[in-house]
Amino acid sequence: MTDAPVIGVLALQGDVREHLIALAAADAVARPVRRPEELAEVDGLVIPGGESTTISKLAVLFGVMEPLRARVHAGMPVYGTCAGMIMLADKILDPRSGQETVGGIDMIVRRNAFGRQNESFEAAVDVRGIDGDPVEGVFIRAPWVESVGAGAEVLAEHDGHIVAVRQGNALATSFHPELTGDHRVHSLFVDMVHAKRATES
Amino acid sequence: MSTIENQTPETGTARVKRGMAEQLKGGVIMDVVTPEQAKIAEDAGAVAVMALERVPADIRKDGGVARMSDPDMIEGIIEAVSIPVMAKSRIGHFVEAQVLQSLGVDYIDESEVLTPADEVNHSDKWAFTTPFVCGATNLGEALRRIAEGAAMIRSKGEAGTGNVVEAVRHLRQIKAEIAKLRGCDNNELYAAAKELRAPYELVREVAELGKLPVVLFSAGGVATPADAALMRQLGAEGVFVGSGIFKSGDPAKRAAAIVKATTFYDDPKIIADASRNLGEAMVGINCDTLPEAERYANRGW
Repeated sequence: MTDAPVIGVLALQGDVREHLIALAAADAVARPVRRPEELAEVDGLVIPGGESTTISKLAVLFGVMEPLRARVHAGMPVYGTCAGMIMLADKILDPRSGQETVGGIDMIVRRNAFGRQNESFEAAVDVRGIDGDPVEGVFIRAPWVESVGAGAEVLAEHDGHIVAVRQGNALATSFHPELTGDHRVHSLFVDMVHAKRATES
Repeated sequence: MSTIENQTPETGTARVKRGMAEQLKGGVIMDVVTPEQAKIAEDAGAVAVMALERVPADIRKDGGVARMSDPDMIEGIIEAVSIPVMAKSRIGHFVEAQVLQSLGVDYIDESEVLTPADEVNHSDKWAFTTPFVCGATNLGEALRRIAEGAAMIRSKGEAGTGNVVEAVRHLRQIKAEIAKLRGCDNNELYAAAKELRAPYELVREVAELGKLPVVLFSAGGVATPADAALMRQLGAEGVFVGSGIFKSGDPAKRAAAIVKATTFYDDPKIIADASRNLGEAMVGINCDTLPEAERYANRGW
């Protein structure tokens, strides 16, 4: 691919390496992003799994929160898994004091909704827009989406709870495709980045 | 779309256990002894806390047998924070581990910092839903723990000393042995497994991956932001800080500074800024004056 999009992975904390590998496998040029100037150079961004409170604090502390909000607001494609989903929610049901989000998806998330680590699980998940077999969903102290606004599309549910959502150029999953070796969700995101670039050229 | 099969969620799989540790990468896990300390750690940006009754520096000072913490104290900490909570069991004390699992801790540290309960066997960690982290001083030890079911490894260092020298030694040892395996051809891997006293399949996996099949953190002696960054630059995917924070003059400030330096471990300017005006560091112990019997790293086999 000569025209591969450059996709960053927010590398403040979390499973950055696995996302970099998954994005590269989905034919994107993947690179870690920690600073505002690095953010300015990417066509799209993944916010990885990790601890949402930690990622949020570090993003504010090192000045990437505001530029990130501005770019997401301006339509940069963004994909969040688990903690990343929490970061993309317009509202957290039960935030820690001072916990900020980037926003971008009109949804309310509940942190650790599926329980503590002992309740972490794997289950097959049908995701709208992903052809073939269900996605292997790896849910780790995972959040779920309590409710979505009119602009957000529900892509998947598990056990009656919303676990994947898309709104415009923002995509979020409660689960971790980056841990499975199945890169179809990342391919879907790379396609979103391609589509966004096509509208700009 | 497709038929609904395999819809029963499966808990306690290797993937969710190891995957949990993947989510902690790039972060700092802090020892805490009270709910108040746990909140300070969470506010400082810790990715998890280790709930224990006494930090290693106090275990050293007090002597005696060190055991699993009081369930009330662990539950108090679980209540106080939303980040993951880990707790320690004695080596081979699988009943302490069963108790910790029943309390709902997110990770169990089968730890040499506590007094070992079994001088031959570690706990069978496959038998648990809760994942385990274990210490290691070299690659063979790490792989034996992984063979027993550990889902995360930390280099041991020498806990409670505030001296990073053993942490460096153990991490360098593990990394050097991995690099050596990378250079082995298939014929040599069998002998390498025998030398490492580790299962051949794991040895082969490490040779192929060039890393452990689980997350590798560093522990035991990290006391400053520069210590944390040093361990990251040497290849640790994150750090445990035990006595270094709450035995220092200004724990909240030091905790936040170590978090910053762990994220920007390759940026000396940020590490410099994080290192300013932190107050007193914990008083350290020189490891070469430490009697053999007081070296925790020798516990476990």
